[in-house]
Amino acid sequence: MTDLLEVRDLTVHFDTEAGLVEAVDGVTFNVRSGEILGVVGESGSGKSVTALALLRLIRPPGRIVQGAVVFEGTDLVGLSEDEMRAVRGTRIAMVFQSPRTALNPVLTVGRQISRLFELHQGASRAEGRTRTIGMLKLVGISEPERRARQYAHQLSGGMCQRVMIAMALATSPRLLLADEPTTGLDVSIAAQILELLRDLGRRTGASILLITHDLGVVAEVCDRVAVMHAGQIVEVGAVRAIFARPLHPYTQALVRSIPRIDRDVTMEPIPGIVPSLLAPPPGCRYADRCPRVLDVCRRDRPAPRAAAPDHEVACHAAEVEDAPARG
Amino acid sequence: MPLLAVEGLVKHFPLGGPGEWLDRVRGHAPKAVRAVDGVSFAVEPGETLGLVGESGCGKSTVARLILRLVDPTGGHVRFGDVNLTALAGEPLRRQRRNLQMVFQDPTASLNPRLSVRRAVEEPLRRHSTLRAAERRERAAQVLARVGLERELLDRYPHELSGGQRQRVNIARAIVTEPRFVVLDEPTSSLDVSLRAKAILLLAELRATLGMSYLFISHDLATVKYLAGRVAVMYLGTIVEEASTAELFRQPRHPYTKALLSAVPVPDPTVQRERLVLRGEVPSPIDIPAGCRLRGRCPLAQPVCAEPVTLREVAPRHRVACHLA
Repeated sequence: MTDLLEVRDLTVHFDTEAGLVEAVDGVTFNVRSGEILGVVGESGSGKSVTALALLRLIRPPGRIVQGAVVFEGTDLVGLSEDEMRAVRGTRIAMVFQSPRTALNPVLTVGRQISRLFELHQGASRAEGRTRTIGMLKLVGISEPERRARQYAHQLSGGMCQRVMIAMALATSPRLLLADEPTTGLDVSIAAQILELLRDLGRRTGASILLITHDLGVVAEVCDRVAVMHAGQIVEVGAVRAIFARPLHPYTQALVRSIPRIDRDVTMEPIPGIVPSLLAPPPGCRYADRCPRVLDVCRRDRPAPRAAAPDHEVACHAAEVEDAPARG
Repeated sequence: MPLLAVEGLVKHFPLGGPGEWLDRVRGHAPKAVRAVDGVSFAVEPGETLGLVGESGCGKSTVARLILRLVDPTGGHVRFGDVNLTALAGEPLRRQRRNLQMVFQDPTASLNPRLSVRRAVEEPLRRHSTLRAAERRERAAQVLARVGLERELLDRYPHELSGGQRQRVNIARAIVTEPRFVVLDEPTSSLDVSLRAKAILLLAELRATLGMSYLFISHDLATVKYLAGRVAVMYLGTIVEEASTAELFRQPRHPYTKALLSAVPVPDPTVQRERLVLRGEVPSPIDIPAGCRLRGRCPLAQPVCAEPVTLREVAPRHRVACHLA
């Protein structure tokens, strides 16, 4: 089996005062062993909710309505809370967007990492300390002994993110969820962090699910990418295939909307706004923004179709020979 | 004559406390955060200068110094033939009609108790002799111009999206028809699609209203779209300045090269040469002597310990590097 994680028809709803918000709607994708899968889309497209749902961290009023999250052969949706806790942090770990707020301000960063070894692996305090220094070295922190004795507020943003990554990797997880790990960091520091993630993925064999809004980041570090719009995956496949020939009108619009340093092309904003997920219409959720909308788009939700090996698109208008989609 | 000229601008923030007292007693200069440490540039009428650099390089302090939101430790800011640094009180306030700013955080920079219409009228109350009805009309016109619908005029900031709030900020900055607008990371808090819209709006306003911008950003791709010239700042000084086309085609300073090579390019087939800087930016309190990039630069030589100044390496292309 090459799939580490298989997500099928994952649906997350939030019961709000205004009504039911269909934040993630029938999301299906897989993460292969050792690969980096990018999840890209605008704010509010359901990227982060998807990641939290994988870890079963959706809190009321949100809930997983249906779907399966099969990780190493087990459906996580069916696990008890105790069983789930054994998965979180050890088999699947997460790196958050704002590392400084995700770190505990009243513990030294060394102590925070060391506690993981003590809690999850029964290490002694001295042993935990030694392995902590090893982890800090692994993520490229200079003077690890001194840094281990410092608090989050004494470290730069890039250094905090390195500490977060060290914490996430301390228990040798098989899957790392990284939610916008470089947003808010300076370009040169962001490049260092991405390089670190890619390198650590290679060295430890862990798979990475990388959430980002930046197609540049996807192109630089990901093997495959899932494009999300309004809670649904509209296109998924190998990065090279999708950048060479984006098929979904949303993916095409996303590519055209970004300013680029590598070529002189005009920039076109994506038309319209992300639709409300409060009782969204049936049909395709991109229909109101789509320049190629057909009648059928407003009636039926497009099913994913295979456009090429490892390239699927969910669009009625996309030019795809009708081959049956996988799954 | 340039519209705006910044000459040898310096801003040191004293650290204060017992350390400063001890330094004085011991007879050396008290330590300070040297946020801006000798910056000079000029912006021609109608031109947009991009000011780029990473967090803490002093680019926002330069913006605040130009508008005299903080007072400089040294140097001058000339606006046309007026020396802004020599002004105070009413004469300075009068100049602000022509010099406006759009701040980075679109939420924090709006008064939550003012409606959209009031927020945009506010500069007119201060800087114009228009009557109430005329002010209302003018505010409505400007809001239409930045693409906000009429029904939003009586809303309050919390009822708007981030993109709409930034449009209100832009409307407020241009309502007095300024000749010069400082844009401090106006798009960094916006989502991808909104960012493209905001950049196109700023370009259109510049073309129709004939304004000049100082566009401050850490996002080089955005700068490439909006600026005709670019100045790159590192640790309180400008290390390179050139036309945008030339800077992107032929960067001379290792720091500019490193910045450009760190920007992720949305094309998986591109193979790029990377120039990677070691470690992180040193503290602006203990700035290294000689070239400030020396400790991080992969190309550093012994000569780099000598002081370095900006020199012209090609027409209108200035670089502060011994090796360039």
